[in-house]
Amino acid sequence: MIPAAFDYVRAETVDEAIAALADPDAKVLAGGMSLLPMMKLRLARPSVLVDIGRLDLRGVTHAGDTIEIAAMTTYDELLRSDDGLPDALREAVATVGDLQVRNSGTVGGSIAHADPASDVSAAFVALGGRARLQSAGGTREVPADEFFVGVYTTVLRPQELLTAVVIPVDPPGSGSAYASVENDASGYPLAGAAVQVQVAGGQVASCRIGLTAVAAHPLRAPAVESAVVAQDGAPGSAAIAAALEELPLHVDDYRAHLLTVVIRRAVETACARARGEEQA
Amino acid sequence: MASAEVTLTVNGSLRQLELEPRTLLVHALRDQCELTGTKIGCDTSQCGACTVLVDGRAVKSCTVLAVQVDGKSIQTIEGLSEDGELHPVQQAFRKHHGLQCGYCTPGMILTSIDLLERNPSPDEHDIRRALSGNLCRCTGYHTIVESVQAAASADA
Repeated sequence: MIPAAFDYVRAETVDEAIAALADPDAKVLAGGMSLLPMMKLRLARPSVLVDIGRLDLRGVTHAGDTIEIAAMTTYDELLRSDDGLPDALREAVATVGDLQVRNSGTVGGSIAHADPASDVSAAFVALGGRARLQSAGGTREVPADEFFVGVYTTVLRPQELLTAVVIPVDPPGSGSAYASVENDASGYPLAGAAVQVQVAGGQVASCRIGLTAVAAHPLRAPAVESAVVAQDGAPGSAAIAAALEELPLHVDDYRAHLLTVVIRRAVETACARARGEEQA
Repeated sequence: MASAEVTLTVNGSLRQLELEPRTLLVHALRDQCELTGTKIGCDTSQCGACTVLVDGRAVKSCTVLAVQVDGKSIQTIEGLSEDGELHPVQQAFRKHHGLQCGYCTPGMILTSIDLLERNPSPDEHDIRRALSGNLCRCTGYHTIVESVQAAASADA
């Protein structure tokens, strides 16, 4: 399978990439792990392919209480930078694809592509990340829970480039975790949950949850977060299932069951980490 | 059709190729460089038969455009032996029968080289996890894993 023909632009600067996106059918090529398979199947037929692989958009920077991941940082590079990554992010990235995919696939590409079953996006949402978007008019940052709007659809404007993903480090007294059940053949999650909890005075004081593979796009689960806090980190399956009813999920009974399982697992691990009780 | 010029270092030799931007690396290697040791299996980025090393890292060459790797160093199965001497991982696959029909073998070996470069003493779980993107339709995984373990312990 060979992609349909396109005009190829290898951008040397971010401005050049943004300018090349003027064609409404242009697409950005990052690591290509999602876009190239779609182009080979001709599900995507961009007129112009803007390759941002040579831009200086690689690396992980710790700045105060945030971690800035430049858009073209591969999953493998992020894992190797391990120092101080929130557990939910590290675990979500480690489960993406396989060794070859993690060598080429990028964090920014995954977020911008907005696959409904992206592992990384669940952590991005749960950890309160922000997407840094650059256009000719300047730079803006969009919170993760406002970034995704539909299947493969985000708030990115036509001539705007995601240049970095900004993730707050786990605050003191907090813990995070990612749990998923994968389809063994595809490696994609059937259901995934990233959870961050904060413990104060021995009690779960706050919780953020990002779900993936169960709706049109990765999303938060506010009622489940409330249930986790109300039941001090140990909500029952029935409480989770009831709290999930408010969300626009697209799941059959099996996936709905898996979702409650992965939420419970991630909540349990995140709470143990927040309390410093994690088993080695 | 617009064409692009790409310069690759393939197994240590400089290759200048003229190709369409949509040309996949695997086709550039097989059809233009005439290096057919790199196999096309699923052609959907799942089976890993087309795995090559780009600047030392394993990638699936059916899912990368040749233009993306312009200027980079590519290593294929043909470039592993030196002076007629098989690479230690090749020797281990041979000694421990890490292949049946052999179609997945180039990809298995190149992925294993990437693994061993970053983790010189992997346990069985590490090896199985690293090779999860390489499928063996003969299902000969047991001896493949043994071969990688042998290569790691230099029992080749």
